[in-house]
Amino acid sequence: MTWWLRLWRRDRMEAELERELRFHEDQNVADLVARGVHPDEARRQARLALGGPEQVKEQCRDARGTRWVEDLLQDMQYAVRTLRRMPGFAAVAMLVLAVGIGATTLMFTVINSVLLRPLSYPEPERLLTLHGATEKLGEFWGFSNPDLADVKRETRWLAVGGWTYGGGTVSAPGEPEYVDGRQISADLLSVLGIPVLHGRTFRSDEDRPGAAAVAIISYGLWQRLYGGELGAIGQPLVFEGKPYTIVGIAPERFELAGEVDVYTPLGQNTTARMQNREARFIHVLARLRPGATIGQAQAELAVMARRLAKEYPSSNAGVEMRARPLQQELVGNVGSTLWLLLAAVGLVLLIACVNIASLLLARAASREREFAMRAALGASWSRLVRQCLTESTVLGVSGGALGALLAVVGVRPFVMMWPGSLPRGGEVRFDSSVWLFTLTVSLASSGLFGLAPALRIRMHNLERALRAGARSIAGPSRPLQSAYVIAEVALAVVLLVSAGMLGRTLLSLSSLNPGVNVHNVLTGHFALSPNALANPGRIRSAWQDVLDRAGRVSGVESVALADIIPMRVGENTLPYWTTSTPTPANQAPVALASTVTPDYLNVMGIPLRRGRFFDDHDRADSEPVLVIDDTLAQHAFGGDDAVGKRLWVPALGPVPLRIVGVVGHVRHWGLAGDDQSRVRDQMYYPFAQVPASLLRLFSSFMSVAVRTRIPPSNVEESLRRALRGAAGDQALYEVRTMEQLVAASLERQRFLLLMFGIFAAIALLLASVGIYGVLAYLTSQRVPEFGVRMALGATARDIMNLVLRQSASMIAVGVLIGAAAAWGAGLLLVRVVDGMRPTDPSTAAVMTSVLVAAAMLATVVPARRASRVDALESLRQD
Amino acid sequence: MGTKQTKSDLPQGTLDLLILKIVALGPVHGYSIAQRLQQVSRDVVQVPQGSLYPALHRLENRGLLAAEWTQTQTGRDAKFYRLTRKGKAQLEMETASWRRLAGAVGLILRMTGAGAE
Repeated sequence: MTWWLRLWRRDRMEAELERELRFHEDQNVADLVARGVHPDEARRQARLALGGPEQVKEQCRDARGTRWVEDLLQDMQYAVRTLRRMPGFAAVAMLVLAVGIGATTLMFTVINSVLLRPLSYPEPERLLTLHGATEKLGEFWGFSNPDLADVKRETRWLAVGGWTYGGGTVSAPGEPEYVDGRQISADLLSVLGIPVLHGRTFRSDEDRPGAAAVAIISYGLWQRLYGGELGAIGQPLVFEGKPYTIVGIAPERFELAGEVDVYTPLGQNTTARMQNREARFIHVLARLRPGATIGQAQAELAVMARRLAKEYPSSNAGVEMRARPLQQELVGNVGSTLWLLLAAVGLVLLIACVNIASLLLARAASREREFAMRAALGASWSRLVRQCLTESTVLGVSGGALGALLAVVGVRPFVMMWPGSLPRGGEVRFDSSVWLFTLTVSLASSGLFGLAPALRIRMHNLERALRAGARSIAGPSRPLQSAYVIAEVALAVVLLVSAGMLGRTLLSLSSLNPGVNVHNVLTGHFALSPNALANPGRIRSAWQDVLDRAGRVSGVESVALADIIPMRVGENTLPYWTTSTPTPANQAPVALASTVTPDYLNVMGIPLRRGRFFDDHDRADSEPVLVIDDTLAQHAFGGDDAVGKRLWVPALGPVPLRIVGVVGHVRHWGLAGDDQSRVRDQMYYPFAQVPASLLRLFSSFMSVAVRTRIPPSNVEESLRRALRGAAGDQALYEVRTMEQLVAASLERQRFLLLMFGIFAAIALLLASVGIYGVLAYLTSQRVPEFGVRMALGATARDIMNLVLRQSASMIAVGVLIGAAAAWGAGLLLVRVVDGMRPTDPSTAAVMTSVLVAAAMLATVVPARRASRVDALESLRQD
Repeated sequence: MGTKQTKSDLPQGTLDLLILKIVALGPVHGYSIAQRLQQVSRDVVQVPQGSLYPALHRLENRGLLAAEWTQTQTGRDAKFYRLTRKGKAQLEMETASWRRLAGAVGLILRMTGAGAE
């Protein structure tokens, strides 16, 4: 019979054993009787010969090899029974564990899905992103088109593809609609290893200027416009006023830096910047060729970058080329936040474990007699320890199961709550490694809170334990109990102080002046009618038309155009010189440059410090002018008046620009991030003076901003309608109020504060309950001692002070240890969170005193109870 | 050497060998294994009957013995053990190694005895 069958048919095995032994005995009796022994005597002899039937059976059971499982099952039944006898304790412990393990599981699920699981491309670990970088400016998005072409031609180790943004208006079939688009090189999809769902990808002969206009559309657009008909392939699609032929359908849920509806060949882009080595606007994806390593690729890129720098010093001097795993790029700085949160929930779980451990320990002490009794009946020490551990494991695993349930329910809301959108958020799901993690955490927790009480079982002094009343023998556990209180206090201090620091940081960041008047401002990207883009004259009049239409909308006070909106994603940084003799290339200071129309200052409410802002006299044919912010003024001219001075900005043309005004600094990089940002100087130049050759390109970046007299959301719909234009093919999209943008710039801090606030509150509650539990137990153990003290003349007040002093010293030690740990946690937070201030003593003191107050409150009740001990009564108890 | 005949305890591991040997003669139940052990060894080998059954069950679990419930001549149900193929191989192996060992021990004893005289 196999091991499993022996285990499974346990009852049958028992019955057979019984029958076999009885047969033996009966035969023996029969033989003896046949030899003339009296039947009663024969029975006695037979039994003696066989030995004690129970011992024999036990040995036979051991021989089966299934013993440990049977013991385990028995232990588990016993554990469940024990726990059911104290439903209150069991329920609280399980709930506490469920919250702790659930939160830990949830965080691990997200970390597992976002950071640990490979991307859903074939061989994702071989995918890289390439970047240009200089020491001064840091990293660029990518490469310029000529650089990309050179790298593509020369590389031995990489297959390289590029893409850039290219959204626009789809005007047929169906209603005109603005869709997100990407211009991709023909080989991009094969680099990623993604086949199209239907049709084909671009051919390399389509990836050059003048080739037939072809497009790949998304699964979503295919469903929307063509109802998922295969006949869509070969159909025309009017995109940006130009007819394209659809050649392929992208697979469902395929994304390229966001959801994209239309892909067009990058090589058909004929704008001037495609030939400009300084225009590093192409994102580059690469796949390591078989056998190549990332190290080889990096070395190769370094060599190519040096060669390009020598060959094209004006554009490429000092420019490095870097390669990085794609996964790292996609996930960005989310990793640190996630690990931080996992650490925080880990602390909560630790507190929960300590809490349960202290409760179990109290119970173990009061169960000492039960254990002594069982030991006296023959249970070994290891058997008793195993029994104890089984009990805590039953508790831990059921808590863990409940926690897993909480995690399953909670993970979607958590992902939704994530500030902005969580990268790979759609891929968050539970897999076997998550369940393994949960099981491990559950078992580890069980060990953590079950081991100490179990190991306290003593085999000596059995007789004393049996004889004594339960209460007078619990003395030795006090150091352990105090350690629990100290640990709980210390852990809670870490969480509370961290939450306090986050709160203070958020408070001080929110009170910062963003530099713009954020009330009643509405902004949105704008796509001009494709027909208007024909020539510079048409473009200018189309934008003027937009300004006029927006100005007529009721509730709108003033209107402006801008290529960059404060605190929104998007930037344009340009190097500038204060003299006509340029310092070495890539060594110049840089400023955030924004082109705007004259009313921009009014719309944004930016204060004018000196001089004037632009007006309608600053035209393409008048003197080129510039307005700078006070940071640039200070930076470039020190204390001198900047108005009237000149700046050379090569990107805006060879002639120097005259500074006509100085305005206040705007926190473009967000309330939190601006102070640490690399580029803080800001300059504005009139949209009217944008060179005609760049007008078409700039038009694709422009946004409309309006200041309103009424709440801006009330204007949104009428503004949208008014701007649709004569042909109805213009679109305002990604509309945000400035208030939303400011709030969004603090989302990460706010989210972390919310999370830490919740964790800290749980920690506070758990620690208070834990301290109360431990002290209530400790004082109840000392009742006889208190009785003696009172009999010897101690007053109720003395007793209360005694108890309070005892807990105060435990809490003090906990606070000290916790404060040291919190200081360390503070250093970590400063590194991870933008705008975070180092731990300041006042916040730490406030948060710590909250904990101390709660802890002392938890002490007072047991202390008062102790002080009301009736001396006579307590002495009589033993 | 004492002259008084004593009952000796079995050396470690030999009980299994003896059981295998007895079972090898044909299907047999536990009680009669105990009887035969005693008879054949002329009461030298004293196996506490209680330790016979754990040994039988261990051998059964190791697949050296197979057991079946059948009727005895007197019409009672009893658990009969018989040797499996694996058990037979084991018996041969252990018998051989026992003989080797016993022979070697005997040789040594004879030699030492001769030297002492």
